[in-house]
Amino acid sequence: MWNTAKLVVLGVLAVLAALAANYGRDLAYQVHAVIILLVAAGLFIATLRRWDEPVPAANPNEYMDGVIRAGVIATAFWGAVGFLAGVFIAFQLAFPVLNFDWAQPYLNFSRLRPLHTSAVIFAFGGNALICTSFYVVQRTSAARMWGGNLAWFVFWGYQLFIVLAATGYVLGATQSKEYAEPEWYVDLWLTIVWVAYLAIFLGTILKRKEPHIYVANWFYLSFIVTIAMLHIVNNLSIPVSIWGSKSVQVFAGVQDAMTQWWYGHNAVGFFLTAGFLGMMYYFVPKQAERPVFSYKLSIVHFWALIFLYIWAGPHHLHYTALPDWASTLGMVFSVILWMPSWGGMINGLMTLSGAWDKLRTDPIIRMMVISIGFYGMSTFEGPMMSIRAVNSLSHYTDWTIGHVHSGALGWNGMITFGALYFLVPRLWNRERLYSLAMVNWHFWLATIGIVLYAASMWVTGIMEGLMWREVDAQGFLVNSFADTVAAKFPMYVVRGLGGVLFLAGALIMCYNLWMTVKGQPKTSDQPAMVPAE
Amino acid sequence: MDTYSLLRQLADSWVLLVLFLFFIGVVVWAFRPGSRKTHRDTANIPFRHEDKPAPDDASERTGDDDDSAEETRQ
Repeated sequence: MWNTAKLVVLGVLAVLAALAANYGRDLAYQVHAVIILLVAAGLFIATLRRWDEPVPAANPNEYMDGVIRAGVIATAFWGAVGFLAGVFIAFQLAFPVLNFDWAQPYLNFSRLRPLHTSAVIFAFGGNALICTSFYVVQRTSAARMWGGNLAWFVFWGYQLFIVLAATGYVLGATQSKEYAEPEWYVDLWLTIVWVAYLAIFLGTILKRKEPHIYVANWFYLSFIVTIAMLHIVNNLSIPVSIWGSKSVQVFAGVQDAMTQWWYGHNAVGFFLTAGFLGMMYYFVPKQAERPVFSYKLSIVHFWALIFLYIWAGPHHLHYTALPDWASTLGMVFSVILWMPSWGGMINGLMTLSGAWDKLRTDPIIRMMVISIGFYGMSTFEGPMMSIRAVNSLSHYTDWTIGHVHSGALGWNGMITFGALYFLVPRLWNRERLYSLAMVNWHFWLATIGIVLYAASMWVTGIMEGLMWREVDAQGFLVNSFADTVAAKFPMYVVRGLGGVLFLAGALIMCYNLWMTVKGQPKTSDQPAMVPAE
Repeated sequence: MDTYSLLRQLADSWVLLVLFLFFIGVVVWAFRPGSRKTHRDTANIPFRHEDKPAPDDASERTGDDDDSAEETRQ
């Protein structure tokens, strides 16, 4: 019965995709239709071939870890891809000749830039959030994941979303909303996947065997629920044709801008902050081998963070058509937000009180601690930049890019690396990592890379902000825009080099994790965790 | 009154008050007397059940042999 339903759905999908590939009005849409056709047809054949095979019963006394292993691999892979794309576009800005003539317009900066941001935020960060949330919610609920193979649907559905988004950008399908570039049908697909994700997470919490819901799950849940809400409201659009990728936004003008930055800032607040705080509240105590510093503080941290973050969006729209009261509101909430952010930072750092000696011996805890340090720094810098007077200097300059990267590379990147180093030996039943020295190398390469990145962007951002506003005695602007671009060249090269160091560290991590699985002896007591082929 | 003005007035009066009181309530609840023991137990959740789920104590799913879950629950 279940197999029949699957065959019907896949068959209908494949036929519709074939029709779409035929009638498609633009290249991106046609390529996407072919991708969907191949996936649906492949799954149709696979289902048919496995018709008679018995379905192995899931063991309720075991955690469902297969999908988490896949998620760890996907996180490391997309991380390397996203960092590589970032390094390449950084050098495209320094050396415009890298916008190759033969690849016009597909490999231009403007098309690769959303590819880079989506690859690191949604592919690297998203896979990290999904796989760690599956790991954490099972362990802290003491229950096997709810929904069985639905978790595999979420994993592969999310990878399909990433592939559709990335190919769409390169081929020119975008709705031009930052961090929400994918077009309408990709948005619809992500909505389906996300609802399944929410169902799995809530279902696991509901069948928990612990009386209380651990704080990490509160953060993960707020991330899943809020992203669903943001995604749906910001992507309200009407397709021009069901046979084409172009769509028109329902909101117009300043309402559209406000909706976009309500979405955009809460993507930072709930995807890159709340979700990753869930990681912090599980992996830092585990690696430090002591409970979180103050559980009361973590409760106040959670409620204060989600009550304040949702209002901070308007600070992206200072000095625009947005009413002053709205941008003042966003600014005030951004400044107040400093308090819960630093409360959370203190809670994470003080978890190590009494165990600070581990910093000397354990490079993984060092990675987690520096990530919390970068969290503190960027959540100080952010409120400062949201103040209208500071924003008049910093907005539209590279300072913003530097701020984003100290948060993304420092906080999100480092805590994810720490979590991956924690997870791989446990998920594959290995005694230890292949090499702690390599973790050390990764730590220092990444840290120096971020320092080069952030420092060069501070210099170039403030410099170009000052050059833009410089007027002579008669009130004429002193610099042309091209003057500011020329002046930024040395800093662009330094930024690119910082990216190279960060990428090198990530590649060392991939090798280290690979060798951990390949070359380390298995722990003996659990023989059948990796399925035999 | 048009919808915008109505919602705008509602948002900066009653809804603001309700949200503020809810937040204060959460903080007071977190610091209520007797919460320390609960919080200490909850904070230690990550250090239990690392390798496998707690065995079922209810009869609905496949029953397991021991009752160690009861002890870890405090």
